[in-house]
Amino acid sequence: MNGYNFAYLDEQTKRMIRRALLKAVAIPGYQVPFGGREMPMPYGWGTGGMQLTASILGGDDVLKVIDQGADDTTNAVSIRAFFERVAGVETTTATAAADVIQTRHRIPETPLEHDQILVFQVPIPEPLRFIEPSEQETRLMHALEEYGVMHVKLYEDIARYGHIATTYAYPVKVDGRYVMDPSPIPKFDNPKLDMSAALMLFGAGREKRLYAIPPYTRVESLDFEDHPFEIQQWDEHCALCGSDHSFLDEVITDDAGNRLFICSDTDYCLTRRGEVA
Amino acid sequence: MYVAVKGGEQAIANAHRLLADRRRGEREQAELSVEQIGGQLRLAVDRVMSEASLYDPELAALALKQASGDLVEAVFLLRAYRTTLPRLAVSEPLDTGTMRIERRISAAYKDIPGGQVLGPTYDYTHRLLDFMQLAEGETPEPARADAALARCPQILDLLNAEGLIEREHDDGSEPADITRDPPDYPVDRAARLQMLARGDEGYLLALGYSTQRGYGRNHPFAGEIRLGHVDVEIHVKEWDETICIGEIALSECQMINQFGGSREVAPQFTRGYGLAFGHNERKTLAMALVDRALRAEELGEPISGPAQQAEFVLAHADSVEASGFVSHLKLPHYVDFQSELELLRRLRKAHGNARGSGDAAMEDAV
Repeated sequence: MNGYNFAYLDEQTKRMIRRALLKAVAIPGYQVPFGGREMPMPYGWGTGGMQLTASILGGDDVLKVIDQGADDTTNAVSIRAFFERVAGVETTTATAAADVIQTRHRIPETPLEHDQILVFQVPIPEPLRFIEPSEQETRLMHALEEYGVMHVKLYEDIARYGHIATTYAYPVKVDGRYVMDPSPIPKFDNPKLDMSAALMLFGAGREKRLYAIPPYTRVESLDFEDHPFEIQQWDEHCALCGSDHSFLDEVITDDAGNRLFICSDTDYCLTRRGEVA
Repeated sequence: MYVAVKGGEQAIANAHRLLADRRRGEREQAELSVEQIGGQLRLAVDRVMSEASLYDPELAALALKQASGDLVEAVFLLRAYRTTLPRLAVSEPLDTGTMRIERRISAAYKDIPGGQVLGPTYDYTHRLLDFMQLAEGETPEPARADAALARCPQILDLLNAEGLIEREHDDGSEPADITRDPPDYPVDRAARLQMLARGDEGYLLALGYSTQRGYGRNHPFAGEIRLGHVDVEIHVKEWDETICIGEIALSECQMINQFGGSREVAPQFTRGYGLAFGHNERKTLAMALVDRALRAEELGEPISGPAQQAEFVLAHADSVEASGFVSHLKLPHYVDFQSELELLRRLRKAHGNARGSGDAAMEDAV
């Protein structure tokens, strides 16, 4: 696009971000501060993910953007249109055809390959933030590997509700060292982080932090021996493709509150329907 | 059969077209020009430039027009543009002592060298709606002095001479640059002042006000408020010379606050500082109060009020960050909401079962 560099950010900024990404890959799960820039979209709408995508995107890469697992949600449409405009790259909705996938709140159901990169949009990168609001304190806690409070929080859930009451942004431990917020993906997606073939990058624009899970890295969801980590389950199947193993969105169909369930991953659902038909 | 809704792209395009129509308003009315906004909504332009941290009255006026007068949106537009600009040079420190004064007052002294200069101020106007302005009347020319004001000394320098107020030291270190580097808490005063200077005026006003009501009181006097134009100079290496590249309008507030002192240092007044682009007096007063409040730790004062908690104050001051994150709640959260629904239904079912068996046990006992 006239007047702007390829993929919007100037080359110096992209280089600064790529350097920070290299550090993030070298220290899996560690939050690397970076000189986040203002983007022409509001903070909280994916500016962190967009800066990462802009920094790693090449002219011949194929980009996919999803929000809530879907390619057609308004903000996914908006971000995809942005990169079509400022980078002129080819875009796709097919998970398997994408080189870079920017996502908000989901990991695609189709397993990712080793030549793919998943970029997460992160609102609050600090997993300890709601236990300790001060950044000075939480940085110290990470440095000292002082994560007892996190287990106390999960234990308090069990004492109060009989379950761990965290259903999304469920904390994980990366490579046995750093406790990390996987961004607000449902805990249903947490197992996909473990030993993933694809590189996973996380960008928090407003908080100016980025972090990474390199391919084939151990990622454990925090739990207790007598309360092992478990994922959401549905009694229903997808009303469109019949899937009994994907994350389902609930859709209210009439005033009487009748509802049905459909796959949140639109590409996965469409592909299955194509195969079935 | 349910069919997933498609067509976000068309909906977005139509929404933007409708927005443009609403912005334009009734076509019978003349369209508002950027020059009119710059010339007649000056204070809005100045606020947008300050919080966007870009001195460009024309583009700030354009941002205001594009944002239909929404100040926070205009700040965001100008800030996003600012990010794309190359950094060609770094100016020499501005010398507000050489300011060409348009307004300059001190609440600490009755009369001051150079005099109290009211300038263009809303102070002392009676806040009565002027219905004459509904009609298009002529505005009289302002009264003008025969000669320009002589250079006015800074009031705090006069106190400085007597040692009554703490001196500001330049330790020569390179100041932080909050536009390039993420904040690394605790941040030093240079970074703090930068963050406050682009902080939201309403937010700083509320925090400054809270110190006056006892949440971290610091006994302020408005030592001097000045407003006017200051030269911007850069040093050109190739010529080994400092040249003036233009002037900018600034508002500055030097607050005098209650003494500090110790066994080693005699009691003396302390300072709070506020600076903003253009005519932004309220902002600079509020900023000076908050700057002083944030010096609590450095001055050995107890930290008791919200305005004294640096990480809290600074992390939430930027309206671009705050409005972005608050408004992101409008984005879809189906997946997280679905996760909560699933858990809540499970918990309620377990709760019902537990209560059911509990009631049965009660009946057995009877």
